[in-house]
Amino acid sequence: MSDNGMTIHLKIWRQAQGATSGKFVDYTVENVLPEMSFLEMLDILNETLVQKGEEAIEFDNDCREGICGTCGMVIGGVAHGPHAGSTTCEIRMRQFKDGDTITVEPFRAKPFKLIKDLVVDRSAFDRIQQKGGFVTMNVGSAPDGNAFPIPKDHADHAMDAAACIGCGACVAACPNASASLFVSAKISQLSWLPQGEPERARRALAMIAQMDAEGFGDCSNHGECEAVCPKEISIGNIARMRREYLKGALKG
Amino acid sequence: MTDSKILDPKIPSGPLAEKWDRHEQENPLVSPGKNRREKTIIIVGTGLAGGGAAATLGELGYNVLNFCIQDTPRRAHSVAAQGGINASKNYQNDGDSVYRLFYDTIKGGDYRSREANTYRLAQLSMGIIDQCVAMGVPFAREYGGTLANRSFGGVQVSRTFYARGQTGQQLLLGVYAALSRQIAAGTVKMFPRHEMLDLVVVDGRARGIIARELLTGEIKRFEADAVVLATGGYSPVFYLSTNAVNSNATAIWRAHRRGAYFANPCYTQIHPTAIPQLGDYQSKLTLMSESLRNDGRVWVPKKPGDKRRPNEIPEEERDYYLERRYPAFGNLVPRDIAARAALVECNAGKSAYFSDRAVYLDFAEAIGRLGKDVVADRYGNLFAMYEEIIGDNPYETPMTIYPAPHYTMGGLWVDYNLQSTIEGLFVAGEANFSDHGANRLGASALMQGLADGYFIVPRVVSNYLAGAKLKPVDTGNDAFKAAEDDTRKYLQRLLAIKGSRTVRDIHWELGRTMWNNVGMSRNAEGLKQAIADVSKLREEFWQNLKLTGNDADLNKQLEQANRLSDYLELGELMARDALMREESCGGHFREEHKTEEGEAKRDDANFTFVSAWEYTGANKEPFLHKEDLKFEFVELKTRSYK
Repeated sequence: MSDNGMTIHLKIWRQAQGATSGKFVDYTVENVLPEMSFLEMLDILNETLVQKGEEAIEFDNDCREGICGTCGMVIGGVAHGPHAGSTTCEIRMRQFKDGDTITVEPFRAKPFKLIKDLVVDRSAFDRIQQKGGFVTMNVGSAPDGNAFPIPKDHADHAMDAAACIGCGACVAACPNASASLFVSAKISQLSWLPQGEPERARRALAMIAQMDAEGFGDCSNHGECEAVCPKEISIGNIARMRREYLKGALKG
Repeated sequence: MTDSKILDPKIPSGPLAEKWDRHEQENPLVSPGKNRREKTIIIVGTGLAGGGAAATLGELGYNVLNFCIQDTPRRAHSVAAQGGINASKNYQNDGDSVYRLFYDTIKGGDYRSREANTYRLAQLSMGIIDQCVAMGVPFAREYGGTLANRSFGGVQVSRTFYARGQTGQQLLLGVYAALSRQIAAGTVKMFPRHEMLDLVVVDGRARGIIARELLTGEIKRFEADAVVLATGGYSPVFYLSTNAVNSNATAIWRAHRRGAYFANPCYTQIHPTAIPQLGDYQSKLTLMSESLRNDGRVWVPKKPGDKRRPNEIPEEERDYYLERRYPAFGNLVPRDIAARAALVECNAGKSAYFSDRAVYLDFAEAIGRLGKDVVADRYGNLFAMYEEIIGDNPYETPMTIYPAPHYTMGGLWVDYNLQSTIEGLFVAGEANFSDHGANRLGASALMQGLADGYFIVPRVVSNYLAGAKLKPVDTGNDAFKAAEDDTRKYLQRLLAIKGSRTVRDIHWELGRTMWNNVGMSRNAEGLKQAIADVSKLREEFWQNLKLTGNDADLNKQLEQANRLSDYLELGELMARDALMREESCGGHFREEHKTEEGEAKRDDANFTFVSAWEYTGANKEPFLHKEDLKFEFVELKTRSYK
């Protein structure tokens, strides 16, 4: 579509597996087209590194269309980069201009242990989910799908929260490394639906207790999480989570 | 090598509508408690089929080991499905029924699927919706609070349930929630970032796997009483496809090497509405959901070579070719037909302004009829994705689209019990071949994944474990040792090549060969060329691959090289299968076999069978077995959407 390639300078965090520290390494990529994705630019860089006999830069990625939640880097100081409402893989090079220097770092947070280069361990999210992010019912015992009418706005609120892809950008952006936006999205989704009702109190208490146990910090309403969330999950969910927690604590 | 066999699909007797019930009633079960706890089931994959099966078998009390290559089970590629999931609920009172869903699926698959499997799928579809709703999946709803539906291609009813443009994600998160509950309960042990690299067969039965832990490179042995593969399809054989970049065929291909037959490898689905390819740097093609064809109108300029901007081309100079050629279904013809029609127009020089491989998908009429807000509510996320990539605003300028490899109907051969030709090896979801024939209808992949995962696998694996007299094995067994040694040597061989071409470079070449010769339109000459080219490229791969890093570290280049080595064998098999099948059906279009109007022309007298290929060794010709398709309840007809 375009003929003019850009030259992009990169400062990318490199860290060997098992190492306690890493460093920024400078790279330059030529002939970068605006319609290329950020990850495609890194692919090109990796091709040249391998050709030179150097190890490729490791970064997690999979669907490359913003839905699987695998990718995640801090690009130019912002989790998932400069385009609001996008994952790293959805960022196109049209967001940058010829000659730009871009720093690329992993999602840093104490509960996200760095594995290698830009790859971090986000398994804490799984352990939080396992504490109560579900409806306790076995396959086979469901009533008809239309047995319980759900007002459209409730279903829409539930869907807004359910859109979370579990990427961890909210944690990386938060000065306290809080996972509140992630946890609240799941609690909130199920609190809008009649199916979530019986376990409401237990769910909120258990998931929040695990979030604390994993070492995530407290939420102090900075709002950075909402600003970087690729699915634009509202910080209003955190307020809702707090109400769920209080209600649960009073019941308990 | 054996003589050519006619495979027995083990379909239960009786009327179509009673087969599954009879099967459920007549087969043995494992009693709850200790007997189930002592049975170990390995499940590879955590998508709708694999994750659903793992959670459900966990609920039943079995000891489940569940593996995925992703960092968490919530990222399996089912997550990317956009449009919806079919079920014959008839909530819209538009004449839907189990039989109609069954019939649409058989017809959509161009009469190359197995009647009994397809009927069972339609029967189970309703329970899937109930199950998902009960688990908190936020499906779209009407103001009265009931579930909403929309239409997909190839049908004349509205039976597709959806959660905005993220239906796959929401269904997968339902599976992930159920799985999380079982992990917490201790019935499922989860192994993320583990890749299955070999199947272990002991005394003719699948008894375990060899897996590589992707962070450390550690090669591990796992034993079980049964193994279930639910590892998805093989579209990335084309390099550019709508699949995730890590989607791969390695698990099913390694099982194939160990004796599981591969069925209908040439049945691939080219999805008609992806964002067109822009350059050689690309890593994937982005899908634009089929649901867009509910409201979008597909067209090209009438005049070949007309490169004016779309808004400058007056109405009378546009050809809405789907509406013209297929008045009964219009823009909602099945995928294979819509894709080929785009190819025909582009080959005639009629295409979008910036590419000779793109056609228009126009929403002007829908915006006029419904208003911009309604269109935004339905498709807003897709429009935004499109604008970011192409740079045009689809509310103002028609979208451009082109077909892209998307789904593979072929896969490991399974009988009615989803059991492969290796006893104790079950295959579910896109990884098997069973339900979609030569073309899958939209919103049916999610349906099949969950039917297999929630309902069929838990039952048939229980039946197997209750009936089979299995001797205990442990991972010290010779078969495990040999498989582990083979795996290590294979990876070391890859690292030792030290040539000059990167994984991506060779994969790109494979992809272009496959797309040009084994893509939307195929002929004998091109297929023979592909067989020769892929075989040559495979040779080059093993002599000239360049890798860096080592096998005791996170090394995605090594992972991809290992997967590519399998695609370089599978690609050749696809071409051989396509060459053997001297007819056109569904997604398999042979230029030598078409009607005067250019439509696919089946040869029912000679090709009403499933091809099931046996692996005979590296660089040796595979051996063809067949399963005859018997149509007892549906009459074979020429598919027409006119």
